[in-house]
Amino acid sequence: MTATSDRTNTAPPPLLDVTGLNVRFDDGPTPVHAVRDASFSLNAGRCLALVGESGSGKSVLARSLLGLAGPDATVTADQLRIAGYDARSFGPREWRAVRGRRIGLVAQDALTALDPVRPVGREIAEPLLAHHIVPRRAVRARVLELLDRVGMPEPGARAKDRPHQLSGGQRQRALIASALAADPDTLIADEPTTALDASVQARILRLLGELTRDGMALLLISHDLTVVEALADEVAVVQDGRIVESGPTARVLEAPRHVCTRKLLAAVTGARRRTALPPGPATGGTPLLQVTDVVRTFQESRGVRRTAVDGVSFSLRDGEALGLVGESGSGKSTLARMVLGLLEPDAGSVRLAGEPWSAVPERDRRRRRHALQLVPQDPLSSFDPRWPVARVIGEALAAAGRPRRDRAALTRALLERVGLSPEHVTYSPRALSGGQRQRVALARALASGPRLLVCDEPVSALDVTAQAQVLDLLRKLRAELGLATLFVSHDLTALRGVCERVMVMHDGRIVESGPVAEVFAAPRHPYTRALLEAVPRRLRAVRHPKAPLRLADAAEPAQGRL
Amino acid sequence: MAAAVRLVARRVAAAVLVLWGAASCAFFILQLVPGDPVNAIVGSDAMVGAEQRDAIRRQYGLDQPLFDQYVGYLRHVVHGELGDSYQLQQPVSAVLSHQLPPTAELTFWTALSAILGAVLVTILTSGRSQRPRRISTVVELVIISTPSFWLGIMLLTVFSFRLGWLPVSDSGDGRSLILPVVTLALPMAALLTQVMREGLLTAMEEPFVLSARARGLAEHTVRSRHALRHAALPALTLAGWFTGTLLGGAVVVENVFARPGIGRITLQAVRDRDLPVVQGVVLLSAVVFVVISAVVETLYVAVDPRLRRGTGVRAA
Repeated sequence: MTATSDRTNTAPPPLLDVTGLNVRFDDGPTPVHAVRDASFSLNAGRCLALVGESGSGKSVLARSLLGLAGPDATVTADQLRIAGYDARSFGPREWRAVRGRRIGLVAQDALTALDPVRPVGREIAEPLLAHHIVPRRAVRARVLELLDRVGMPEPGARAKDRPHQLSGGQRQRALIASALAADPDTLIADEPTTALDASVQARILRLLGELTRDGMALLLISHDLTVVEALADEVAVVQDGRIVESGPTARVLEAPRHVCTRKLLAAVTGARRRTALPPGPATGGTPLLQVTDVVRTFQESRGVRRTAVDGVSFSLRDGEALGLVGESGSGKSTLARMVLGLLEPDAGSVRLAGEPWSAVPERDRRRRRHALQLVPQDPLSSFDPRWPVARVIGEALAAAGRPRRDRAALTRALLERVGLSPEHVTYSPRALSGGQRQRVALARALASGPRLLVCDEPVSALDVTAQAQVLDLLRKLRAELGLATLFVSHDLTALRGVCERVMVMHDGRIVESGPVAEVFAAPRHPYTRALLEAVPRRLRAVRHPKAPLRLADAAEPAQGRL
Repeated sequence: MAAAVRLVARRVAAAVLVLWGAASCAFFILQLVPGDPVNAIVGSDAMVGAEQRDAIRRQYGLDQPLFDQYVGYLRHVVHGELGDSYQLQQPVSAVLSHQLPPTAELTFWTALSAILGAVLVTILTSGRSQRPRRISTVVELVIISTPSFWLGIMLLTVFSFRLGWLPVSDSGDGRSLILPVVTLALPMAALLTQVMREGLLTAMEEPFVLSARARGLAEHTVRSRHALRHAALPALTLAGWFTGTLLGGAVVVENVFARPGIGRITLQAVRDRDLPVVQGVVLLSAVVFVVISAVVETLYVAVDPRLRRGTGVRAA
């Protein structure tokens, strides 16, 4: 352990210096070796990205750097130095002195990572008080200063808001402000942009880039290589708790050596070789879904009426896939709910298979409901947590009027159709991975033999490899069953591979629509261009003006022209 | 502003409906009690002639048709008159207002010590080590399953008769309050602890707790400042209900410890068929519950601001 004294002569010691880190969970029913022999170091002003699929152990690794791997975890290391101190001998008091003060944590998903019942200003004040950064009466001023620093509009008003009152981007900013409050020199950001709109993603990434430029050491955890490319100087690829490949970002992404890295790269949606789209939709005849001039307004608090959907028309034929893209608040969910018959339009009409679908009593709709099904954004919350897979699908089969004696066989057939095995019937949805859950949700949707699937952000909660698999499955199902699909998403790249046509929605109106290749290659509306430009890949040019967009050029020539 | 007025108006209307329902139930159910109310008025072994009986009947309006009696009763209730007690020779409102303060005193100290005790035990037993939690769970179960009269008698035996530390019955000073409060607060605290610890342990798994710990907060601060609030909602409902039942009369405990109060007067009134008093107690209970549920709902919003109307759930 003389390494630090040697280094002090030449350069400041790394803020994080880890060799041979192991994290084990031995107490559970099955012992888990979550982190195996991990070694890395991180200096001020640098960004190291840990990438890997969900469940690869990267979050556990990050938490063990804060001494928060959990009460059941056994953490061992040959070397674990934080800001020069040997963390292996830390007791609770020393760990508390590190948390927030030396290392700030921006945990995954700001909505749940901030206490939902407390104003965000008080959350940001907490590290200030815990570490006695400023005197108590100066806390408020410092909180506002921090909010201002992370680019929060109207800091004074926002500090009083609770997380649910803020937008996704504002929440993320508040969470970053709380991690920065006690002025740590290292920041751990766990999936800082997942589940954010593309343009908000870009702004958050820019903020994190600015922080590293000002000397912050950033440990970025992500499954999204576009984010990694935008921010990281170095990449460590994690698989099954082991760092299988590491090196400078450009080298790793350009010349990946490990098969896992190549898999992650291949899974970046849109950068993949695309399988041929299913044969085009049938032409002629009545469209399956005909939406004409629908309008929907909502009464907001304080009596303001807001028009969520304003005069939208489109049609969808059997076997056709239509993408509906827009940021949150653009009205796309409202439109989807009207298509599903869950919300009545104030004006205009929806027709399904030539018959009126809107403005008819629910009693008439119910017997035709089997023709269209929803694939939800978060499948887990759409399942009864106490039901096994068999019951989830069995209920849908019962609703479709299938006799009880056939249901077990049908359930197995459906599971096989979506790429699961019949053994999964006994599983609880909680025990499944995100991709498997989405497959169960698809199987449930298929139980009634629908002609139209409405997919609400079906892959936005999944990691890239699972995303790619679910999108492949959707393509396959369309080809096999001739399903029409309305694909709602804020993620343009996810739409590319599955849809023939896209509609871009902004402020309740369709601002642009057309064949997917045309809209991507030559967007006409400025909003579409803004959405496309917000794809994080472009950010590298912002941060390193001289660095060419090599990954983009090599992997997806079409993308380079955008 | 208009929305707030409408909200309050709706709540008041609902409260009136509840009170009317309680008054009607009390009135009609007590009609089903067998026996002549005149017997209750004159006392069972008094020798009273038929003429005098008729006079009493007229005096209390018992000779009128049932529906007229009901309307008359409601009219009196609206004017705040609860009638006269058959037995105690004074207006029911005077009886209740005389008996309410001791009950309210008992309720207040019971609720306060039960809630404080539950919060303390919850925080102390929801740490990482399992042992305090296991011990506490067993103790709680024993306390909850012990009948309160037996608990009261045991406490009396030990602390008053054996040790002589505390008075046996109400002696007017504060010390006589200790045993009844403990008797009532122990089971209430045990139940609240179980509910709150369950909620606290669930809340400790939430991601925002990780964030809080990552800011360098001490473990007990994380528990008391973040997690406890999330555990408080179900406990709040329970505590409100407890407080309501106590104010409606802690029948057993008031008798065991020979304390004055609503519970004691209720028991006496039921035994003697003193119908106006029983009806008065029912109405009082209804008022208490209406008030308490309004208070609990206000506290709900204070604890979890997401429940406030107009700020929470978005349209789609």
